[in-house]
Amino acid sequence: MKVTVSKNYFQVIRAGINTTFQDEGRKNLYHVGIPFSGAMDKRNYLLSNKLVGNKINSPALEFAYQGPLLKYFGNKINIAITGDINFKIKKKDITIDGNCYQSLNLENGDELDILSTNKSVYGYLAIGGQIDLKYQWSSCSTNTKAMIGANDGKKLENEQVINISKLNNQLMERKLNYINTKIENIRIIKGTNFDYFSDKGKKTFLEKEFIVSKLTDRMGMRLEGPKIENIIDTNIKSEGLIKGVIQVPADGNPIVMLSDHGTIGGYPKIGVVISADYEKLVQLSPGSKIKFKQVDLSSAENLFKLYDLETQNLISQIE
Amino acid sequence: MIKNILNLGDAALYCDFGKEVNRKTNTQVIRYFKSIQKENIASINNLSPSYNKLIISFDLKKTNFKDLKKLIENLNITNEDDLENKKIEIPVCCDENFALDIVRLENKLNLKREKIYENFFNKEFFCYMTGFIAGMPFLGDLSENMRAKRLETPRVKVPKGSVALTEQFANIYTFESPGGWNVIGNSPLKIFDSSKEVSPNLINPGDIVLFKEISKNQYESYSE
Repeated sequence: MKVTVSKNYFQVIRAGINTTFQDEGRKNLYHVGIPFSGAMDKRNYLLSNKLVGNKINSPALEFAYQGPLLKYFGNKINIAITGDINFKIKKKDITIDGNCYQSLNLENGDELDILSTNKSVYGYLAIGGQIDLKYQWSSCSTNTKAMIGANDGKKLENEQVINISKLNNQLMERKLNYINTKIENIRIIKGTNFDYFSDKGKKTFLEKEFIVSKLTDRMGMRLEGPKIENIIDTNIKSEGLIKGVIQVPADGNPIVMLSDHGTIGGYPKIGVVISADYEKLVQLSPGSKIKFKQVDLSSAENLFKLYDLETQNLISQIE
Repeated sequence: MIKNILNLGDAALYCDFGKEVNRKTNTQVIRYFKSIQKENIASINNLSPSYNKLIISFDLKKTNFKDLKKLIENLNITNEDDLENKKIEIPVCCDENFALDIVRLENKLNLKREKIYENFFNKEFFCYMTGFIAGMPFLGDLSENMRAKRLETPRVKVPKGSVALTEQFANIYTFESPGGWNVIGNSPLKIFDSSKEVSPNLINPGDIVLFKEISKNQYESYSE
C-alpha cells in the first residue's frame, strides 16, 4: 500500500497498547448493531481539544496504560495531553518532563514519548490542527470490532504516520489547574432485573468490595469478588444494552458495559452506573477496588447536572 | 402496545411490550421503533428494538426520563398494517468445513443431518432484531424439534459468515466474533457493509429471510 505523507506529520515509532482516534462517538445506530464508541473519558477528551484551541469535538488520540512514541516532522505544532500521564518531550539536546493540562509546541524532529497512565487507564493527546481522518456516520471514532471509523477501524500501529492536513494558526500555550480525582464508590441505579437476585445477592452487590479484573477493555469491565446469587434465571430474553449497564451472567461475576459494548445482551441487569460516575469508572485500572452505592433517579439526575456544570466550568477556564 | 415504561439508569427508557416472544409482539416493537425514528426527536441518542422491548436512550443534557416518557406516551403510533416485509434469500454452504456443530446437533436433536437441513432450508424466517455485533440478524422461529441450547463452552472465534442456531432462532455472524451458537453452515453474502452509510445491514427487523443451500463450488464463485 502506498503511504502518502503530508507536509506535517507524526511518525509512529511505538503505537502503545490501545491507541485509537476518538471523538464524541456516533448516535442512532444501536438498532444496526453499532455502539456509541467515542472517548471513554469525555471530560478529559474535551479539555485536551480546548487546550490546543481546536473545536471541542475534534478527533483526538486516546491511549490506554502505555501511550505512543511519536516523532514529529513539519512546522511548529501545538499539542496537549490530559489525564494523569507520565510523558516526555525529547528535543535535539534536551529531554523535558511533560505536564498534563498544559499545551506546548513541538518542532521538526521532536519526539513525544507517552510513557504511562498513572493509576488510571485513559489519556488524551490533542493535536492543534486538523488530522487527516476518515469519518463514518459523522464520527471518526475507531471501533476495532466492527472495523469502522478512522485508521481503517484499527488501532494505531507501529511505523504508520498520522498526517496533519491543517495546522492551527495560534500556537498559544494554555494551562489549566486540574487534578483528576479517584473514587472507589460508584453510584448506580437499580437495574430492570434487580429482583432476579436473592436478598443476599443484592446485599453482596451493594455492600461488598469488587476488584476490576484484567479482562477489561473499551467494550466492558469484568469484576471479581463474592458471587452475586441469582434466584430467578441467569438468562433473559436478549434485549438492548446501554453503556453503564451491569450484567451478571451465570458465574455470578458482574460485567459493566462500556462504550464499545455489544448492542444486545441476554444476562440479567442488576444495575446501571449513573451518568455522573461513568468517566470515573472507566479510569479504574485492573486491581482497583470498587464499591457500588445505590441512588434514586432524581439524585442521579442532579448529580449529572453538577458534573456537567463542573466540566463546563473547567472548559471555560481555558482561554 | 407498550405495557410499561421504566427507567434503565438515568438516561434511557425501557419500554416493555409483554412477556411473550412472537411476531405479533415484535411487530408492535418495530412499529414503535419506526414511528419514533420518523419523529427525529433531537434528545434521543439511540433506539434498541428487540424481541419484546424497546430501549430509548437519550441525552441527559437535553431531556430527562419523566419528560421523554410523557412525549413517547403521547406519540401517535401508526397502527395500520404498513410494515414492509422485504424478502431476502441467503445462500448457505453446509460443507463439513463450515458446519462446525452439525454432529453436536444431530446428537442433541436426535435428528439426521439431512432432516436438520430439510427443516432449515426453504422456510420463511422473520427478522426480530439486529445487533450484538454490527448487522447480526436474529431470525425466528425454528420448529420445536430444532431447538438446541448454546454450546456449553462458547467458541472464542466463530468464523465470519457462520450461520448458527440456538433455541428458536437462527443468526449469521457478520464478523469473526466470540459466540456460543450451533454453527451449521456459512454464507458468502456480505450481511453488513460499513461502506454504506444509509443501509449497512442487508437484513433489517421485519424482513423475511429464506435460506437456500449452495454447493462448495457455488460458494467459492461467490467469494470471487
